[in-house]
Amino acid sequence: MQHADTACQIKTTCPYCGVGCGVIASVEGERVTHVEGDGEHPANFGRLCVKGSALHETLGERGRLTTPLVDGRPTDWDTALDTLTARLQVIRQQHGNASVAAYLSGQLLTEDYYVANKLFKGFLGTPHLDTNSRLCMASAVAAYKRSLGADAVPCNYEDLEEAELVVLVGSNLAWNHPVLYQRLKVAKTRNPLMRIVVIDPRVTDSCEIADLYLGLKPGSDALLFNGLLAWMAATHRVDTLYVEAHTEGFVEALDMAKATAGDIATVAQACDLDPERLETFYYWFASQLHVVTLYSQGINQSTSGTDKCNAIINCHLAGGKIGLPGAGPFSITGQPNAMGGREVGGLANQLAAHMDYHLPGALDRVSRFWSTQTLAAVLPEAPGYKAIELFDAIERGEIKALWVMATNPAVSLPDAARVRRALNACPLVIVSECVSDTDMLAYADIVLPATGWSEKEGTVTNSERRISRQRGLLPPPGEARHDWWIICEAAKRLGFGEAFGYAHPWEIFDEHARLSGFENEGEGKRLFDISALVGLGHEGYERLSPIQWPVTANAPHGTARLFEEGVFPTPSGRAHLLPVTPRPPEQKVSDAYPLRLNTGRIRDQWHTMTRTGRAPRLMNHRPEPYIDVHPEDAATYGISDQQLAVLAAPHGRYRGRVRVANAQRRGEVFIPMHWSDVHSREARSGALIEGLTDPVSGQPESKQGAVSLAPLSVAWEATLLCADDVTLNETALALDYWTRIPMQGCQRWQLADARPVHDWLAQTSAWQLAPATLWCEDAGEGRFRAAGIVDGRLRWWLMIAPPRELPGLAWLEARFNAPTLDDASRRRLLAGCEDGAADTGPVVCSCHQVGQAAIVRAIRAGDTSVEALGARLACGTQCGSCLPELKTLIEEERRHAHAEQASSPEMA
Amino acid sequence: MSSASPFAIDHLVIVGNGMASHRLIQALAEAPTRPAHITVIGAEAQPAYNRILLSPLLAGEIDPVGLALQNEAWYADHGITLYLDEQVQRLDRKQRHVITTKRTLTYDRLVLATGSRPALPPVPGSTLSGIEGFRTLEDVSRLAAIDPAKGPCIVIGGGLLGLEAAEGLRKRGVEVSVLQRGAHLLNRQLDATAAELLADELNSRGLKLRMNARVSRFESDNEEGRVAAVVLEDGQRLPCQRVIVAMGITPNAELGQAAGLATERAIVVDDTLTTSDPRIHALGECCQFDTHTYGLVEPIWRQVEVLADHLAGRGEARYHEAPTATRLKVSGITLYAFGPTEASEEHEILRYVDGGTGDYRRLLLRNGRIEGAVLYGDTRMGPWYFKLALEHSDISDCRRGLLFGEADASALGDASVGSSALSASNSSTSNSSASTSSSPTPSTSIVEAA
Repeated sequence: MQHADTACQIKTTCPYCGVGCGVIASVEGERVTHVEGDGEHPANFGRLCVKGSALHETLGERGRLTTPLVDGRPTDWDTALDTLTARLQVIRQQHGNASVAAYLSGQLLTEDYYVANKLFKGFLGTPHLDTNSRLCMASAVAAYKRSLGADAVPCNYEDLEEAELVVLVGSNLAWNHPVLYQRLKVAKTRNPLMRIVVIDPRVTDSCEIADLYLGLKPGSDALLFNGLLAWMAATHRVDTLYVEAHTEGFVEALDMAKATAGDIATVAQACDLDPERLETFYYWFASQLHVVTLYSQGINQSTSGTDKCNAIINCHLAGGKIGLPGAGPFSITGQPNAMGGREVGGLANQLAAHMDYHLPGALDRVSRFWSTQTLAAVLPEAPGYKAIELFDAIERGEIKALWVMATNPAVSLPDAARVRRALNACPLVIVSECVSDTDMLAYADIVLPATGWSEKEGTVTNSERRISRQRGLLPPPGEARHDWWIICEAAKRLGFGEAFGYAHPWEIFDEHARLSGFENEGEGKRLFDISALVGLGHEGYERLSPIQWPVTANAPHGTARLFEEGVFPTPSGRAHLLPVTPRPPEQKVSDAYPLRLNTGRIRDQWHTMTRTGRAPRLMNHRPEPYIDVHPEDAATYGISDQQLAVLAAPHGRYRGRVRVANAQRRGEVFIPMHWSDVHSREARSGALIEGLTDPVSGQPESKQGAVSLAPLSVAWEATLLCADDVTLNETALALDYWTRIPMQGCQRWQLADARPVHDWLAQTSAWQLAPATLWCEDAGEGRFRAAGIVDGRLRWWLMIAPPRELPGLAWLEARFNAPTLDDASRRRLLAGCEDGAADTGPVVCSCHQVGQAAIVRAIRAGDTSVEALGARLACGTQCGSCLPELKTLIEEERRHAHAEQASSPEMA
Repeated sequence: MSSASPFAIDHLVIVGNGMASHRLIQALAEAPTRPAHITVIGAEAQPAYNRILLSPLLAGEIDPVGLALQNEAWYADHGITLYLDEQVQRLDRKQRHVITTKRTLTYDRLVLATGSRPALPPVPGSTLSGIEGFRTLEDVSRLAAIDPAKGPCIVIGGGLLGLEAAEGLRKRGVEVSVLQRGAHLLNRQLDATAAELLADELNSRGLKLRMNARVSRFESDNEEGRVAAVVLEDGQRLPCQRVIVAMGITPNAELGQAAGLATERAIVVDDTLTTSDPRIHALGECCQFDTHTYGLVEPIWRQVEVLADHLAGRGEARYHEAPTATRLKVSGITLYAFGPTEASEEHEILRYVDGGTGDYRRLLLRNGRIEGAVLYGDTRMGPWYFKLALEHSDISDCRRGLLFGEADASALGDASVGSSALSASNSSTSNSSASTSSSPTPSTSIVEAA
């Protein structure tokens, strides 16, 4: 770090996905001016994806919570905390400890998580503390624990690069873990023998590097991997030595595999796959030793997710493909600190430091560790409610008080309508939050302004068990406070001050590290042990370099790979193969809901967009909530590309714009999971998903909904751009469709409604916009454009037309930010672009803001490689996450040219 | 018609030396098969000048020399006999004589290009002195001599010429009112919205505009018989020192009529500009083709081409009516219009309005084709619209960019729409026949396009 008076560079960690990239932030005064990848961080070696490289654009006080609120009224911290503790105590006294609950987040830092877990489980005496990691990693965790004996990812990122075969299953790595994807891609270029198999119902951008793609039927993964196990056995490709020496349960698992997926034909039919392609995959997997199977939410978010994970792990154990370089079942984490949260016991079925309720002596050990001279920690006897159960319990009235930190369950949980009812009915809802506008705040009695990524100090653990420091870059805005501080202040007021007397996160980390090593030796030794990080002190903590746990006296520099000796932290020391009975999704498609719904993340957004939504360039890739539909389904339902449509499920609806996509299987649709009520009307994916969960992990079945599809009939569509300080009144929000897209210095609204408007000038007045200064119309075509100028500044711009008629919006955006409009610009205002300026189309490369039309033109001009495109337009040269799309465009143009040639032979 | 041999016509006599006459002479002068002798008789004291520039001359924006077209020497150099300040009294068709105040000429062919004069309101007092037109250099010198201190002037007619006269006087410091019979200004070119924008602009400059103002009589209060007031039909009496009449024109058809040529509102011609006497042609504002008489320069230029072809060419050209676009300039305000001004039920209307800058465009579409346009303020797209209209281009593909410009439209639709360079008319016009000879030959391209 180079500190200077006004400018310095600070190393920290990216707050988005589970890759956990190191970031170097350039800070000038109270502003982060630039971020870049940390070349020394082992997760990314200098790379950053588009989200990460826009981090500094998401900062600033605009839209931040800066004051505590009690019952909607601003107040000071003392009042807020006094009220909070008083109300909590009343509820505890009247309804018992177990009437109090917390719902945390993989966005919290380990230290925040630790004190929250300690307060709720150790001192408030309630087991009901769960986290949104439940929606993400719970199945993977449960499966690891069942088979390997610990919630421990055996591999690391280098194993991906060293593998001979990488299987991506239920993972669109290219979009969701872009930096890891880039590493894999580079590795494949360096090692032409490396093969990559992508298993996914959708053709995703990750297929760009696939040697083999299996577009399987959604939810049939367990069958696929049972089939693999049976095939390995049948073709004598089981590593019998490894199985005999290091595992148990092989026979039972194999029997079940044979019974359910005994031959290629059966599996191919059940998974809806081509038998030869299937067998190719089996052959490749079975014949290579160095195989990494990388899996993510496509596997986890299922009512049989744990079994699916175990079906994968079974194959690795049977082949001895674990504990070796370039081998292992690798669950890739969705959130930045999902693993850190679990290390401290953030799940309802955990106590702390990888100790669970059922672990002999664990309750007593943790109680003793947390008790102070005068305070006895009183831990609950049994596990608490997992996320969905927790909200069920709130709905039943069993839980009366809920403290939500850094997450947005009103959006992210399935059957969100029910979640919202529960929140409404809950007598005390406390929300710790950074942002002033989220769906959750409507349900909060007490709102506590928390610090955000650029302000916090602490640690996170990424997908390869690597603990990294997040460091504060900026002072907190207003009255915002760190989560650990808020929790400790509440604890003090509750009378637990002695156990929560931390002055700095390093002290919390130190205690956490001590607990990991506390009575942790010999028989039943816990794998999670970072006792060698005890006693770092403040300075050592500040200097802490990224390190992989376990970090012990024997492994003071951390542990890159687990289970290299074939010894597992199970009672027998052996890994378990589990018999897996494949089960189909519990949400059934039916005549009423005939389409299979898949949900997921998009490349440039994160969760409910409270942060990424603040960076306008990240909104350009997919500006609106959308629905990917197979062309034949689109035809069946009478919907064309870019038309608005509604998906309906038994408990909710979703409105979005249809993208007709060959990448979809027929009968299946895909929607993004990011939109909330803050950004759009009825575009929450959670509304369509039923609250059905995996019986082992409690993880909801978010990937396999059942929906119906219908066009959203509208009389008109509009695009309205408003200066940031122009607010749209309620009448606009009552329209059949609205979605809000933040831009630089202005907001874009897409609007549509079934009720015809005859007088658009009157309508703009009804929306309480400043009077239209200029307008144009073609009533016959239903086209209208208008703009309002006040004191020479553009205030709003309206276009009545489908959004495909929009010009590239960069020019208009610049007009909103111009101090005055010159005459030439004003004359072009309604056109929305310079005279004759070529429309660059939707943005493909977010880093350099290169549009699709510009790229297609360049391809037609002869730039038929991504390198050539990069040289000409700079697209794809920064983060590289648009490279797959660039390749697709090149390929499409090639096919297009080919087709044209074929159709006009006289030109050939 | 006779075959096109050299000197097919021995003596061509042209009565009138206005802009149409001048342009015809120019076309004939260089032609290898021109008439052997050409004689031009003009009533004004000087050779043809650019009548369109009378308005800027009145406004003091240009010098009188700027109006000059060709001097007398040019006529002499080209072997053309020019008699100025000479009135033709009558024609003797039998003898093929033109009898002027000074001489008698014998013609083989005769062209009547006698132009028009201001129409006067048929109300009492219209012969009082001080009631004047605005058509000649002489008119301009009289108007320029008006003393602002002697009271206001009244311009009758809210058409282009009236507004130009009014603006010219206003710039000389004269208090001016414009009386318009109809509900809005320029009712032959503009729709109500554009006219309102224009009225707002002129009002803000200090012109007084009275709509729906009908003159009932002129009054004098002095012995010289000079006009002193205009009385309106509603009884209002508007005192003034001078009245300028610009409410339309009357073709100077009397010479032809007296000679027994077929005459209706003007001298009737066929599509070769030939009157009922095959040796006599009529051209410009004094002629009538079908039901049309002429005031704008653009069709007259086309008449000149046809007639020149007949007098010195192959004699194959035929005149026919074609849509006309008018590009008007009222003292710095630009307008461009063609086609119907008011929409009918079959029309679809495309409109662009900027209340702040006063830019206005309105297109009338019929069956996906442009039929009419009114542009006010920013008129750069006018010629492109006109071309699309003349070509009957189906604009469905580029309709959404139509109001924004050619580049926007061609980005949207078929590249063939509006892809070629502008070739449509940019004709400058006053409501009298007049134009700048220096302008390119827009009518040529219009003929070809149509």
